[in-house]
Amino acid sequence: MTTLSQPLPSDHSANASRKDPYALGHHGRSKYGRSEATGHGEGGPASKRIIVAYGFWIFLLSDIIMFSAFFAAYAVLGGNNAGGPSGANLFDQRRVAIETVVLLLSSYTAGIASIAASRANMIRTQAWMLVTGVLGVVFLVLEVQEFAELVAEGAGPHRSAFLSAFFALVGCHGLHVACGVLWLGTMMAQFAAHGFKANVMRRFNCFNLFWHALDIVWVGVFTIVYLMGAG
Amino acid sequence: MYCLLGVVMLIRGFTDAIMMRVQQAVAVNAPGFLPPEHYDQIFSAHGAIMIFFGAMPLVIGLMNFVLPLQLGVRDVAFPTFNSVGFWLTAAGALLINVSLVVGEFARTGWLPYAPLSETTYSPGVGVDYYLWSIQISGIGTLISGINLTTTILKMRAPGMGYMRMPMFAWTALGANLLIVAAFPVLTATLAMLTLDRYLDFHFFTNDAGGNMMLFMDLIWIWGHPEVYILILPAFGIFSEVIATFSGKPLFGYRSMVAATMFITLVAFMVWLHHFFTMGAGPAVNAFFGISTSIIAVGTGVKMYNWLFTMYGGRIRFATPMLWSLGFMVTWIIGGMTGVLLAVPPADFVLHNSLFLVAHFHNTIVPGTVFAVFAGITFWFPKAFGFTLDERWGKIAFWLSITGFMVVFVPMYILGFEGMTRRLQHVNIPEWRPNLLVMAGGVGIMILGVVAQVTQLVVSIRNRKALQDMTGDPWDGRSLEWSTSSPPPVFNFAVLPDVHGEEAYWGIKQRAIEAQQLPEQPDYQPIEMPLNSSTGFFAAFFSFFTGFALVWHIWWLVILTLAGAYALFVIFAWRQHDEYEISANEVARLDQRRREARQAWLDRREQAA
Repeated sequence: MTTLSQPLPSDHSANASRKDPYALGHHGRSKYGRSEATGHGEGGPASKRIIVAYGFWIFLLSDIIMFSAFFAAYAVLGGNNAGGPSGANLFDQRRVAIETVVLLLSSYTAGIASIAASRANMIRTQAWMLVTGVLGVVFLVLEVQEFAELVAEGAGPHRSAFLSAFFALVGCHGLHVACGVLWLGTMMAQFAAHGFKANVMRRFNCFNLFWHALDIVWVGVFTIVYLMGAG
Repeated sequence: MYCLLGVVMLIRGFTDAIMMRVQQAVAVNAPGFLPPEHYDQIFSAHGAIMIFFGAMPLVIGLMNFVLPLQLGVRDVAFPTFNSVGFWLTAAGALLINVSLVVGEFARTGWLPYAPLSETTYSPGVGVDYYLWSIQISGIGTLISGINLTTTILKMRAPGMGYMRMPMFAWTALGANLLIVAAFPVLTATLAMLTLDRYLDFHFFTNDAGGNMMLFMDLIWIWGHPEVYILILPAFGIFSEVIATFSGKPLFGYRSMVAATMFITLVAFMVWLHHFFTMGAGPAVNAFFGISTSIIAVGTGVKMYNWLFTMYGGRIRFATPMLWSLGFMVTWIIGGMTGVLLAVPPADFVLHNSLFLVAHFHNTIVPGTVFAVFAGITFWFPKAFGFTLDERWGKIAFWLSITGFMVVFVPMYILGFEGMTRRLQHVNIPEWRPNLLVMAGGVGIMILGVVAQVTQLVVSIRNRKALQDMTGDPWDGRSLEWSTSSPPPVFNFAVLPDVHGEEAYWGIKQRAIEAQQLPEQPDYQPIEMPLNSSTGFFAAFFSFFTGFALVWHIWWLVILTLAGAYALFVIFAWRQHDEYEISANEVARLDQRRREARQAWLDRREQAA
């Protein structure tokens, strides 16, 4: 009847077993239309919660790639002091230790806030978010203090390529934390205004991912810049 | 929207190209009509505009329109975000064009190599215009990459496993993964150059320990994947077009998928071939020479698959198919010269010559521009409900490809004769004949552009006669052809159930076999996202931020950034971002489609 060479499935009804020429991408599942579809294989489009979190993960990965470029620049330029001071002369280990503790602690409190939010406990959510925000601000204050001291000592970013890379990498992380604090404040206002609605909760999930990712980046900064640079 | 911006920018970039060709034709032993500063701005703008604001928006625009339809879903993953991405790209394009009027553009080439782009050597605002416009549009591109990657990986019609996705979806996935992985590097690199220029940092400077090779490496770690971002969706378009117009399924689907993913991966391992001559040493050069040649294996697989798809098929030579065939013939030359350039010793001879310029135009023009034209003629009826005029389309094709060859074949010869790129004037009279031929070729290409515009005008005039009633004007194979043209806002009244590859082909054959459409489904109300002006305002603020930064107007920077934050809060406060289309309305719209389909089936029956 037709001149077309496409092999047709032998049975057209949805429930009958059918042969996929490549038998791939199925993982043995045969039913579809499940409520919590993951979006791959046969389940149909994923739920909004999954899509939003997934997209945000991809953003975070791209953000980490951006940091990796700054890390690479630091690795290349880290030894180029141009006769100026090196990390060993400049870094105040005590302050960096406090910064690290403060930031890691804020990640912990952000986690508690998310548990409180998933239990729809407004007071605890807001309280732990406030703690998180305060810790973030403390971190930023310490960092700005460090930068100001360095510049006052004549060790600003224009002194050498090493210091340029240092200020850019650490400053980029600091800028992210500052944006995070701004976002946190907005989130708190949203919780207060709208309660625990699904869209607010989705954003809060993303915020948590963001905040934890900043922690991971900081672990890299702490190790590569401050610990390895002090030696 | 994306496509419109792309076309306008393509013409702007083409104008730059005309000026360059004319300049070189008349400037043998003469100053020509363009002073050196202006000429340098033109070749920088030509490169930057063609890549960032011509090719990218066209490719992204097609992906944006076609992907949800091919995947059988209602929209992309993040619609508002998507429009923000587009508008940011538009803001970047606006900024780069403002540089025509206010101030000047960069004179550093399309990638502002340090240290030439540092304030010491480029004190003007030209490089700043470049930095901020590319930075803004780069963020837009990143947004679109995140959006489309999520769409492909998480939103597909029931039953559409990875190995049932149309080829275009696969190549788009490769391209968007590359966007997500490569564009952040561009952002970081340009940020470093910006810090150098604005705050006296020393990333790429000559003094204080800066390292300009770092700029080379970073910019090409982005830059090489970028060319694959442009070419991969093109491969997808050709796969769809060739399969459709040969009346056969794509040959070697799985090897095509493997080749796509192979190219995606190896794209990150070849960047150093852009500067073999910069002294990385034989071992490093050998590695990158080999990895560059190996990419040709992946593209070779694709070439053979297309050939075998056509083999034994009943080929219809419609305009999209002509563009695809033209691509296959001309692109082979670009690919071959690419493998030649991948050999480091050969590259030492040909580096920065016109041979190189001919090579990359020979890959990008057939690979991206022809693909976009093929894609636009192919999907135009789907988007606007009527097909484009075939006669003028064919005229445009023949003029463009002829002009293209007349420009670039002499360019290869000039490259072998030792002519280097970016010459504002030449003092070797022997080159003159070829330069004149090239200028003539540009003339033919201008006629090609005129034919394209004519095609559009003629088609709009005759839109009643060219109307696509069934939604399937080309006898298509993937899901976008199963819905009406133009598709309703919800794309599909009921999400299609996918059985096997080439989902729509299966549905269609079943309907033909049974002589009736599938049973009327049970219509449900559909929730669709509301339109949002967020994107427009985001672009508004980012444009003024960029402009203020170029001219160091700090109060305006603060003001616009505050505006952007306010916008973010307002957007976040929005409670109603969806509206519902009732089941009755869905049924009414789908009924129209089914009637058209039934009429088509009946006609087919009578003809048989």
